[in-house]
Amino acid sequence: MNQAGQRRWIPYLFALPAILVMAIGLFYPIIETLRLSAYEVRLGEAPEPQLFRGLQLFAEVLGDASVRQSMLVTLKFAAVVVAIELAIGIGLALLLEGKIPGMSALRTIFVLPMMIAPVCVGLIWRYMFDTNAGPINTWLAPFGWKPVWLADSSLAFFAVCITDIWQFTPFVFIMALAGLQGLDSSLVEAARIDGARLWQVIWHIKLPLLMPILMITLLMRLIDALRGLEVVYAMTNGGPGLSTELFPLHIYKSAFVTQRMGHSAALSVCLLAVTTALSVALLVLNNPLKRGATA
Amino acid sequence: MTNAAPTLRRADGGGLARIGQLSIAWLLAALVLIPLAVMLVTSFKTQRQIFEQGFSFLFMPTLENYRTILEGRFLGYVGNSIVVGVVATLLTLALGTMCAYALSRFTFMGRTSLAMGTLLLRTIPPAVLAVPIYFIWNSIGLQGLNGLILVYVALNLPFTIWLLYGFIEQVPRELEESAAVDGCGPFRGFFVLILPLLKPGLAAAGIFTFRIAWNELVLASILTNRTSRTLPYAVFLTIKDTGIDWGELMAAGVLVAIPPLLFTFVAARQIIAGLTSGAVKG
Repeated sequence: MNQAGQRRWIPYLFALPAILVMAIGLFYPIIETLRLSAYEVRLGEAPEPQLFRGLQLFAEVLGDASVRQSMLVTLKFAAVVVAIELAIGIGLALLLEGKIPGMSALRTIFVLPMMIAPVCVGLIWRYMFDTNAGPINTWLAPFGWKPVWLADSSLAFFAVCITDIWQFTPFVFIMALAGLQGLDSSLVEAARIDGARLWQVIWHIKLPLLMPILMITLLMRLIDALRGLEVVYAMTNGGPGLSTELFPLHIYKSAFVTQRMGHSAALSVCLLAVTTALSVALLVLNNPLKRGATA
Repeated sequence: MTNAAPTLRRADGGGLARIGQLSIAWLLAALVLIPLAVMLVTSFKTQRQIFEQGFSFLFMPTLENYRTILEGRFLGYVGNSIVVGVVATLLTLALGTMCAYALSRFTFMGRTSLAMGTLLLRTIPPAVLAVPIYFIWNSIGLQGLNGLILVYVALNLPFTIWLLYGFIEQVPRELEESAAVDGCGPFRGFFVLILPLLKPGLAAAGIFTFRIAWNELVLASILTNRTSRTLPYAVFLTIKDTGIDWGELMAAGVLVAIPPLLFTFVAARQIIAGLTSGAVKG
């Protein structure tokens, strides 16, 4: 009896340190964000006044033209890069499937853009697209082109998309390749023997079998595209105008540049709602807890 | 060889297809590598070489840029980044492994809430944490490196817990059960039996955590000051709107990029296993 009572504490001893840190560093901050989204806080005045505004900040935020602009930019960015990355990444995985000499070296190279600091990625591509000194314009010079990449709204948006595609297409490729390696090769063999053409095998057998892993990849990329800001922060700082001001960057700037903390918290709640919804979808598709139970 | 090669040859027309595959593969590798090479090359150029001749891979290299940034405050920032990266990684691994062990081997009250909570927290946007963390950390006087380490541990725990959970699940329970017959308790079981088997998982989780702690910019920018600054924010602050000194900036960028690149070359297998762990059933 005594021993059983003791044993009940054991899992808590193992889990408690992690729970405490997450409670302080993640859970409490989220609660604080929810609370702050109902207050108008002004920095720099001591003591900092907090005026209760209820849901008014949300109304203000949603009516704000720059907020809607930033939302639009973010949705466009996420849709464009995720679609292109999936198309190229999956296509390449299908193309390069099988034993290629040097494949492991290739995969190592493909991981590099995801490992280095986003601030590095931002400054590398800021230089790549630099109008006067940048390599891209040096390479375009023989054709008589000299675009002002990062000073033009649509070109800057294009440049930011290219950067993300450079950074994350390899992720889709690696995921799709891992999925292809896990496929039951006897199905493909059977179809081949029945006379199916290459594209028929891909379209009717490989892609449907890959669908679960592709859906997970899609959701993971979507969540990341919606929550990242460091690359654009270093590359364009959201400009010119608001043309590359991704939503998380807008949240950050409204808190620490224009110092409207309540405004920023209300925006945070909106972003959190979207990423959490996507995260729930990810859980439905792939729950490690259930996987453990069936294994 | 395996059956894959002959089938491929039969279907795709043999050696020509193989050569096509290879050239596409290496073209892609070049596309990935060129921007990284541009950073490296530019870090060895003078401001004149950068602006007068357009971009070129041929030039007289100089170490001037590295000398300039290392004579400034950068060396101190490198130190800060190392402290934050190493301490945050070790703490995350210690707390994460223990929590994963509890989730994997015990049923206890609150287990499902803990599991669901951490699974949902895996995707929290760092920008969302910035405002509340700024207020809370200021009100409890937790600034500088300690404050930064605490956020990074919290931020990395959910992913680490679930990565290691997968690895622990693969260790057969019989191992501990038979040891328990000989009087081995859960603590000895964890430290002596389980932990040594988790090395690949710990390597992957450690690299991912270190990467975030070493690379992170947003939270570092609000929690550090002139003395406690970490590298990425120091690099960010050298970017100016006009007249950027690209050589110095790229040299600083190379400094930030070195550790993650080294890790990638040493442990690419573990990294790829970690990346795909969320989706591929083992």
